[in-house]
Amino acid sequence: MNLIEISNLTASYNGHVALEKININIKEKEFICLVGENGSGKSTFIKSIVGLHKQDKGIIKTKIDPSQISYLEQFNVKSLDFPATVKEIIMTGMQIKKSKLFYTKEDYIAFDEICNTLRIKNIVNKKIGELSGGQRQRVLLARAMINKPKLLILDEPCSGLDVKISNKLYGILLDINKELGTTVVIAIHNVDELNKINEEKKVKIRVIHIAKNLKFDGNLLDWKGL
Amino acid sequence: MQEILEMFSYPFVVKALICGIAVSISAALIGVVLVLKKYSMIGHGLGEVGFAALSLALAFNLPPLAVSIPLVIIASFVIMLISQKKGEAGDITIALVSAGALTFGVILTAITKGFNIDVYGYMFGSILAMSMQDVVISVTLSLALIILFIFFYNRIFMVTFDEKFAKAKGINITFYQFLISFIAALVVVIGMRIMGTLLISSLIVFPAIISKKLTSSFKGMIILAAVISVICFIFGMIISFVINLPTGASIVAIYILLLVITSIYNLIYKN
Repeated sequence: MNLIEISNLTASYNGHVALEKININIKEKEFICLVGENGSGKSTFIKSIVGLHKQDKGIIKTKIDPSQISYLEQFNVKSLDFPATVKEIIMTGMQIKKSKLFYTKEDYIAFDEICNTLRIKNIVNKKIGELSGGQRQRVLLARAMINKPKLLILDEPCSGLDVKISNKLYGILLDINKELGTTVVIAIHNVDELNKINEEKKVKIRVIHIAKNLKFDGNLLDWKGL
Repeated sequence: MQEILEMFSYPFVVKALICGIAVSISAALIGVVLVLKKYSMIGHGLGEVGFAALSLALAFNLPPLAVSIPLVIIASFVIMLISQKKGEAGDITIALVSAGALTFGVILTAITKGFNIDVYGYMFGSILAMSMQDVVISVTLSLALIILFIFFYNRIFMVTFDEKFAKAKGINITFYQFLISFIAALVVVIGMRIMGTLLISSLIVFPAIISKKLTSSFKGMIILAAVISVICFIFGMIISFVINLPTGASIVAIYILLLVITSIYNLIYKN
């Protein structure tokens, strides 16, 4: 089943055309790596899908409810001095269209589960500003994952993280896809590291290379690199 | 002490006190959101628009609230709309709108009635200005805001912390942005006659900044900001009455003192 159907998508960023006539379908349970150089339109593509960027032309058909989509944006450092604990932040992922006065028992069970999965139980009462880069990304990933979304979209989640921590994050994402069947779309600079982690997990990875136009769309095994 | 007790025997003081406490709570609540979203300057811009609106009302003998409420609300929407569209140009928009509004007010005042005692009161605040109608409006506003913050606490936290995440989840962010501007506009209009149009923004910004220095949770920041705001208002009003200073400036002087003390405390404590 298609979760998202994109046809003829053209979008501009800062006055120039960043994406031109892109046709892509995102199917259930896929693991998609979105590759391309800096400024190739990856972020614009992702923002268009989640409704943060208005396209010039084309249609983006979302076949699932927006509450089933979670998005992790790039360079999320702006809120470092925000007075909030890890727990408060992760719980916001439980909010859907209707505002919740109180979180339910089930919400807190989901919270415990995701904290166990991402191994962040020990930091739930810390302030967001006290965390390291890797911890912060895991917290934001937990927020994105807590309501078990069907589609998880991440815009370069590993930028600014060292290789060891990035690899851990890749491992988690591959597991999420394999075990929970969550569709993952990840914008990424270099697929080699992720590919290494995947050697034992054996997830089928689809690579989409965008550089204004669609340059490649297929299995990672057939991908020759940028 | 005698003087302070005597002060509260005047009905106009009691009215100003009730209005002031209500406005202080409202300003503190919306201030937390504005400061954390880095919209602190909106209050300042709206204060200047308020001044222009009051000058207009004064020049043509119109009821002040009837003129300033719609004008300031429209201005707040315009500022929000332009900030949204142009992203970082929000600051510039506010600077232009406030300079333009102040200029308009000053010119209008100069060519109509001149700078009389009424205008002085508008600019720097006066506790004499509060009517029974003001009491009703300000208390209603603060009660409505308190209820809003209790019932929508989780949503307010989510949207304040990360708008983009909320938007990607299908939450109507535009509605919240305009609600925030609308509330800010109401707080500015209702508070500006006590605080003065030039200083009303301090009532919004200071409690949030001081409480942010003292607490590490969002809930704590909201509650502390409201408490600080009310205490500073009462002290400021007493000083204003006892040594006959404009109310707005007296309150801001207390805020500045408190900010300096908390900053020093933080510096020593953190080292």
